[in-house]
Amino acid sequence: MNGLRNFVDKIKPTFEKGGKLGFLHSTFDAFETFLFVPNTVTRRGAHVRDCVDLKRVMIMVVIALVPAMLFGIWNTGYQHSLAFGLDWGFWNIVLYGLVKVLPLYIVSYLVGLGIEFVSAQIQGHEVNEGYLVSGMLIPLIVPVDVPLWMLAIAVAFAVIIGKEVFGGTGMNIWNPALLTRAFLFFSYPSKMSGDTVWTGGVERFVNEGVAFQAGNGLVDGFSGATPLANASMQGLQNSGYSLWDMILGTIPGSVGETSVIAILIGAVILLWTGVASWKIMASSVIGGLAIGYLGYAVGATDLPGYYQLVMGGFLFGTVFMATDPVTSAQTECGKWIYGFLVGALAVTVRLWNPGYPEGMMLAILLMNTFAPLIDHYVIEGSIKRRAKKVKTA
Amino acid sequence: MSNNIYLKKGLDLPINGAAAQNTKKVIVPDVVAVKPTDFRSLVPKLLVREGDKVLAGSPVLADKMSQNILFTSPVSGTVAEVVRGEKRKLLEVRIKADEKQEYVDFGVKKVSSLSAEQIKEALLAAGLWPALTQRPYGIIANPESKPKAIFVSAFSTAPLAADTEFVLNGQIGHIQTAVDALGKMAGCKVHVCVNAANASAFSKLQNVVLHSVSGKHPAGNVGVQIHHISPVQKGETVWTVSPVMLAAIGKLFDTGKYDVSRKIAVTGPKAVNPAYVEGYPGISIKDLKEFYDASENLRYISGDVLTGTNVGAEGFIGFFDNQVTILEEGDKYELLGWAKPFRTKLFSASRTYFSWLTPNKKYDMDTNLHGGPRAFVVNDTYGKVLPMDLYPVYLLKACLANDIDKMEKFGIYEVLEEDLALCEYVCPSKIYIQQIITDGIALMLKEMC
Repeated sequence: MNGLRNFVDKIKPTFEKGGKLGFLHSTFDAFETFLFVPNTVTRRGAHVRDCVDLKRVMIMVVIALVPAMLFGIWNTGYQHSLAFGLDWGFWNIVLYGLVKVLPLYIVSYLVGLGIEFVSAQIQGHEVNEGYLVSGMLIPLIVPVDVPLWMLAIAVAFAVIIGKEVFGGTGMNIWNPALLTRAFLFFSYPSKMSGDTVWTGGVERFVNEGVAFQAGNGLVDGFSGATPLANASMQGLQNSGYSLWDMILGTIPGSVGETSVIAILIGAVILLWTGVASWKIMASSVIGGLAIGYLGYAVGATDLPGYYQLVMGGFLFGTVFMATDPVTSAQTECGKWIYGFLVGALAVTVRLWNPGYPEGMMLAILLMNTFAPLIDHYVIEGSIKRRAKKVKTA
Repeated sequence: MSNNIYLKKGLDLPINGAAAQNTKKVIVPDVVAVKPTDFRSLVPKLLVREGDKVLAGSPVLADKMSQNILFTSPVSGTVAEVVRGEKRKLLEVRIKADEKQEYVDFGVKKVSSLSAEQIKEALLAAGLWPALTQRPYGIIANPESKPKAIFVSAFSTAPLAADTEFVLNGQIGHIQTAVDALGKMAGCKVHVCVNAANASAFSKLQNVVLHSVSGKHPAGNVGVQIHHISPVQKGETVWTVSPVMLAAIGKLFDTGKYDVSRKIAVTGPKAVNPAYVEGYPGISIKDLKEFYDASENLRYISGDVLTGTNVGAEGFIGFFDNQVTILEEGDKYELLGWAKPFRTKLFSASRTYFSWLTPNKKYDMDTNLHGGPRAFVVNDTYGKVLPMDLYPVYLLKACLANDIDKMEKFGIYEVLEEDLALCEYVCPSKIYIQQIITDGIALMLKEMC
């Protein structure tokens, strides 16, 4: 440990202002502070500080995402084996999942962190750890077969236009991970919707006739549709998805969004550590249920409201995306309103807009946009309340 | 108006080094300093020269803006040195103390027979007027103005703070004199907040409005109490005064002396056998040398760990302070600190570590920042430790943007640095919150006064 510290101290002057590699100062700093909590002491104000820092907060979200990621890797292989009728064991399934998902991660982190480093370098800032979470999220909310070059462009768009131009983590208006998805969704719709994109290898087979394991073809009756594409009792029965399948997550969909159980494990970690707001999660679920049951009551769907929670990206969005502390509402009362509207809007889009089977992404991005407005009115209310409270002593 | 205030939000820092309730020594002062830097936005005028003889209570400085506000010497002695900083800014007037203390005789006076004007003049002449702090802004009260009310917090919840009951044991008579005098002079009510958790000698005070406050730090902060009793609106002022200063004011009328001697708590994880000493404001840290090991790399704070001033090993205790905290400088690297599942030697109010599982454990805190500065990211950490109906992030952003209109709306009149000190402590983005408030108040003073 001391040896490592001595080594870092030895090479440090090279990267400082005036050093040979001085232009890489931020990069060096990022790696140094990754390895060592710096020796900076408080200058003024409070002389002691809590040992929590943003790295710790962010790593908690990353840890919370691990169950969804692991399940996503397994499910990618599992769905492929189902589609092609392969009799794969566990390890083959995982191997296929890794082959498919790992490149998404590599591209997401290389492009995103690369831009973060360059931008920190240009501005002379420390590299912010916000992208650790975004980079973890992005591969989980895209179809597994999305071409890597598209992903790279989308990540670059989200990080540069969505975040850095506003001043970096903490200043952005929209959740960068969702912005990546929105960019893909609107720029390359053929790769982001339809029945063939959700299962790894299907699209290639349909277009080029080439399967991952040579000589195989799609099984008879393969549909590849997600539950949301057939969101009715009859539709779900026809495609063979039971409620239990959707809770377990053994269904096609974006990489990490399918398993309710894996997402709930993440939710428990986020709530336990207090990193994400329980108010947003609770109110989003309430909003989704409310509109879900309203739709059920007026006959817009024959699925009871709770189905809306387990299908598609609702829960993943509620737990990991809507709760982003930067882009969500900042006031405690605002969080209730914001969360409710996220859930309600997402289900509204599902039920009443035939063009979009899923509404979670758009609901969160729209509410990201309106979060400052919600906060504005909450705070105006508070100011008026305080003004009324004037008491003469 | 509620007389019982229950505050749920807040945080008592679990830090080692509380002072044992005994007086370890009586300090015979060697060199004491009168520091104009103890007062916000004060432009001092020097009234003495090096070599002048002074008594305890002789004026040393005056306020250039209103020259009847005097700052007097706490001891009798000879002016040894006038210390100036950059641009000849006056930092300290150092006085070499005599072996035997002599006091200026201001005359024993009965408050009931004095007029409001006479009380004011007595306080001004004796140098006790600066003990009155005006809110908003935390500046010395303006003798020409009348406050809406006067507030006294009879307890402190700050980390390792001196126990007011112990420090002022037996002085309740002087305090009664002081509240009578202040109430009569300002012609307003005097509110006294006592700790609901234990019996207080202050509950016996006459002619005051008593409130009982319960809660964790910052429940003992007078700013938080004012916020819940009678919030300061635009155009209003309230005055605050600390219990220790009340005792000094009482002694002025009861004994005719400027006697600011007080019990000072020497505290902190690096204080050896922390206890109380009998001393004065302005005494040197060096007078406390049996409490620390000077060979270590230490930080000497006049005040508490959240709001105190780093005075250094050669420094002097502030005018308002009755606590010294000694900490280790945390200028060490920690390998993969943030990534460790457990950091058993560190405390975190957040649940991302596990210190919440051991609520009674105390920690040897040091001055490490534990991270790098970032933008505001996590938005609900401050609210958990601020028992005020305010939106701290919005107030801070208004201060950063120099937007006076918004600062007013978001409550700049109601806060001082100390009220948001815990927010700074818990901030994962390591933002210097108190400095932002200081700059905000400086802007308000410049634009509004």
